Amino acid sequence: MKVLMKGNEALGEAAIRAGCVHFFGYPITPQTEVPEYLVKRLPQVGGKFVQAESEIAAINMVFGAAGVGVKCMTSSSSPGISLMAEGISYIAACELPCVIVNIMRAGPGLGGILPSQSDYLQATKGHGHGDYQLIVLAPSTVQEAVDLMILAFELAERYRNPVMVCADGMIGQMMEPVEFPGAGRGEPLKDNDWALTGCEGRPRRIVNSLYLTPEVLHEHNIKLKRKYDMIADREKRWEVYGGSDSFDLLLVAFGTMARICKTAVDELKEEGLRVGLFRPITLNPFPLEACREAMDGVVADGPVLTVEMSMGQLVQDVKLAAEGSRTVELYGTAGGIVPSPDQVAERVRVLLGKEVRSTIDVPANPEWLPVCEQAQADGVPCNEAGRDCEICERSYARLRNRRTPPADYP
Amino acid sequence: MATTEVVMAGFGGQGMLLAGKVLAQASLHLGKEVSWLPSYGPEMRGGTANVIVRISSQPIGSPVVESPRGLIVMNLPSLEKFAPRVQAGGVIVVNSSLVERDPQRKDCVVLQVPARELAQQAGTEKAANFVMLGAYVGATEVVLPEAIEVAIEEEFTGDKEKFILTNITAFRSGLDEARKGLQGSPS
Repeated sequence: MKVLMKGNEALGEAAIRAGCVHFFGYPITPQTEVPEYLVKRLPQVGGKFVQAESEIAAINMVFGAAGVGVKCMTSSSSPGISLMAEGISYIAACELPCVIVNIMRAGPGLGGILPSQSDYLQATKGHGHGDYQLIVLAPSTVQEAVDLMILAFELAERYRNPVMVCADGMIGQMMEPVEFPGAGRGEPLKDNDWALTGCEGRPRRIVNSLYLTPEVLHEHNIKLKRKYDMIADREKRWEVYGGSDSFDLLLVAFGTMARICKTAVDELKEEGLRVGLFRPITLNPFPLEACREAMDGVVADGPVLTVEMSMGQLVQDVKLAAEGSRTVELYGTAGGIVPSPDQVAERVRVLLGKEVRSTIDVPANPEWLPVCEQAQADGVPCNEAGRDCEICERSYARLRNRRTPPADYP
Repeated sequence: MATTEVVMAGFGGQGMLLAGKVLAQASLHLGKEVSWLPSYGPEMRGGTANVIVRISSQPIGSPVVESPRGLIVMNLPSLEKFAPRVQAGGVIVVNSSLVERDPQRKDCVVLQVPARELAQQAGTEKAANFVMLGAYVGATEVVLPEAIEVAIEEEFTGDKEKFILTNITAFRSGLDEARKGLQGSPS
């Protein structure tokens, strides 16, 4: 049966269905409903909840719990995840399974509390120190948050690696109908012949990340690399939306931004524009080949537009997938501003050289608008330099058409 | 039904988020797809709070919408913020107990509802949010009123059970008000 639930609470319930019995965390907006839900729910299923004194303590408690072979997790939002970096590197080095939820908010620094996707690079490329990787899953609906949370525990166990569920404040705060698999608490870890469970009657096991002999550490890194390669081989997940495999333009977006793009795709379809959407579900490993394949479905010279609530992070991987084969444009927002489907559709129309028709207020940042080569070369948009240029004209028409309240409105 | 949506806005504490949740829950019971997205800035009692509820027969893409089809406003700041954005032909329900200004949208169906007075008649002025929800449902017929009543019963459990009757009465008075108000209007 479907129930109406907030994303954060649904993540909590999904963790229990996946068999999680220990939660360690520290409150921070906009993810606090995860611990709030679990503090009530975990004792009901024989689990334990600890509010740590800080995020650093929380992740080290996860380190300990994972080391003794119990299913455990933490959750936080951007600044808190930064504090956990060291601990996550240790957990990855020791090859321990755990799940980390990041309900991203706008940064950098303390930033704000509104939705953002600006931890993309942190999650996928550079979090803690050393040669390690996380598996990173990005849900775009509350139901998918539930499904990916359960998958996260499975993958963490299968590969003995930390898995991050990377959503944003909007998924965390909104309510949608969800359905949970199973009933009650899920199974404990099946395979724990590495866990520190007391060595009476068996040889002792060691969970450690310190290797002072270079050859041994080298060997350890090679082993980790083999594991990451295997994950990249098997676990890439994505979705192509648009009801065809031939497009005038391809959008690339994940999470919240992807569902907004879907509405834009539907809107544009009614105007006869064939726009597709490529949505990576695993941000790491990034489905490069599938992304390239979707791009190859775009007509010759057709553009690719990356839409993200950050200032140019996802676009780096999209460019990597394109390998210079076509232009990859960026539509980025920051500060917690979530673009509407109309604003995305508008950007698509501009790129496709269609009439600009809506009069929607968008953040007026000319730097994000496409300008002609001449304007790029001298840094002065044509309409300011007094030159006649169709490309620049189209771009700026949007700004002029921004909605202003009717004059007679009080 | 394609997709419709309503922005419900007021001061924090006026119950718009709760009324929105009841609307979402009722729609879910009727087999609709639904999303409930609150504003969650640094809001507090006395500040402004709003929620956007989208209801559709198809899976919902974007939960954010630039121009909603429906608007329920409890206070003046919300009216000023959202009324100009409502789609032409949309429905605007205004709490006339608190907002004297006309939304100046001749292209929309505008309902002025004395929510506080009607809620007082139902038992408590705290139920003004359900009066407003009733007026919206009466004007749009977006969901069956009975489904809202079931959702109200589910929402108020345990200690809060005693509020069910008052809230349903308030909801029905809003419904009646809308039906009365729309009689003879061109729509």
